[in-house]
Amino acid sequence: MAAETSLDPLSGLDNLELAPQPGRDFLRRGTGGKALGAVWPKLLAIALALGVWEVVYLSGFKSAIIFPGPATVLANLWGQMQHALLWQAIGTTLQRAVVGFGLALIIGSVVGALVSRIKPLRAGVGSLITGLQTMPSIAWFPFAIIFFGLNTSAILFVIVLGAAPSIANGLIAGVDYTPPLLLRAGKTMGLRGFALYRHLILPASLPTFVAGLKQGWAFAWRSLMAGELLVIIAGTSSIGVLLSTDQQQADMPSAMAIMIVILVLGIAVDALFGTIDRAIRRRRGLAESAAGS
Amino acid sequence: MSVTQRGVAPPQASGPPAPGSPPSSDVSRSSASTRGAGTTAVRLTEVSKVYGKGRSSLLALDKVSLAVRPGEFVCLIGASGCGKSTMLSLVAGLDSATAGEVATGGKRVTLMFQEPALFPWLTSSRNVELALRARGVPKQERRARAAELLQTVHLGGFGGKRPHELSGGMRQRVALARALAQDADVLLMDEPFGALDAMTRDLLHEELERICGERELTVLFVTHNVREAARLGDRVIVLSSRPGRVIEEIPVGIERPRRMDSPQIAELGAHMTDRLREEMASHGR
Repeated sequence: MAAETSLDPLSGLDNLELAPQPGRDFLRRGTGGKALGAVWPKLLAIALALGVWEVVYLSGFKSAIIFPGPATVLANLWGQMQHALLWQAIGTTLQRAVVGFGLALIIGSVVGALVSRIKPLRAGVGSLITGLQTMPSIAWFPFAIIFFGLNTSAILFVIVLGAAPSIANGLIAGVDYTPPLLLRAGKTMGLRGFALYRHLILPASLPTFVAGLKQGWAFAWRSLMAGELLVIIAGTSSIGVLLSTDQQQADMPSAMAIMIVILVLGIAVDALFGTIDRAIRRRRGLAESAAGS
Repeated sequence: MSVTQRGVAPPQASGPPAPGSPPSSDVSRSSASTRGAGTTAVRLTEVSKVYGKGRSSLLALDKVSLAVRPGEFVCLIGASGCGKSTMLSLVAGLDSATAGEVATGGKRVTLMFQEPALFPWLTSSRNVELALRARGVPKQERRARAAELLQTVHLGGFGGKRPHELSGGMRQRVALARALAQDADVLLMDEPFGALDAMTRDLLHEELERICGERELTVLFVTHNVREAARLGDRVIVLSSRPGRVIEEIPVGIERPRRMDSPQIAELGAHMTDRLREEMASHGR
């Protein structure tokens, strides 16, 4: 298009202003190099952690049965990965996580939408939500177990109570921080009522909402693990059941192997939210402004 | 100038207004059928605006009367606190007057700000398409119409770019395309080029002049730059501060095309600066 409008000073100015600037170039490396650049610090951190663990193990301040080294634990983990039991347990636990988080997502979003929309609800319910958020979810278990009995519902109940407040708060904060100028622009355009919500307020609050989801997930995962240790249901295997069995049998290598599984699952889901969050920021030009171009 | 034809509106005859009905019959917002007709696009009659109540209340506008002809380019100039932005909000219908009447004769009005206020999650094209959608343009037409509008502001190839990928001047042109998408007859502009560098602003003046001419837009343009007012306006309204009142009306007779750096613009600008300084000096004590 530069050719057809080359005599137009405005287009010329546009091209000059959009030309790559020296400061920005090195920040935008190829995706391949970027991925590699992001991976090696993580590998280094894992190596470091294993190294420290090995050193403590070799120091011999505890017997190898009570504190096994990385080699024993990783071998145990590998062994467990050959059996269906571990995968069944992971399946059960993840299923609970998905159902619980899904319920929290629905309930949190509905509550958040209502509270952000209706002013009288705001003062009362708003602070209640924040209060719920600070309450350790494990404190709900006695209530949940008496109320629901020793079953999955008790676990799901506590997951929802752990995650929904964060999700609701994320949505409320996002709606609150919709830039007033964009609201004015939207109203000038003729966006009203539901259309204003759909085309302006919801997209504007998306980054804050995703941050709320991420926090909600962290709470949900913690609640789930606590729940599976406390609410043991006969005949079902879950990660919590495996961990609890290891404790009873004083099987430290297996317990530590399961802990690694928990850690990896938590990190993987967190990374998923991180990817969504970064994609949103990049699309809106928020990532680059942080780099200071 | 026919600024203050006060108390004109005669009791409105029942039934649809005849084509040859007197010009003052199109002043109320309700008579949408007279769109594009008549001699006034925007009329403010003794408009006052008070913010707050009781002791802390602030009189922002004091009995301001103003009539803008269709196709006319009127610049509003004044020091801070002259209620320029308040006036635009009233005309845009985002706020209502405390006293007096604001009439746009059923004409469509749109507002542009100093910031482009584009939606950062949408591409340029989608930003324009959303305005078309809000107006009820069918889906299959929107893409093509948006492309046309972007072409109008010389951004034909940039429909797929997001706002943060464009320069400040380009964003402001997307905002102009979005305003044009609203198919308004009256364009209200609140210091739209205030944040741009002088060179970009000069080029955008030419663009705006061309587009307004082609589309016969009526423009109310707020600025604090006296030369910009002299460069663009068919008429310049000088406002006092706290409260805002019309203190002078200057018809600008300088022939177009005009240049910011021409001696006539400089002279007229100097006159406005003097008036504004007098006005500011009166607030010195």
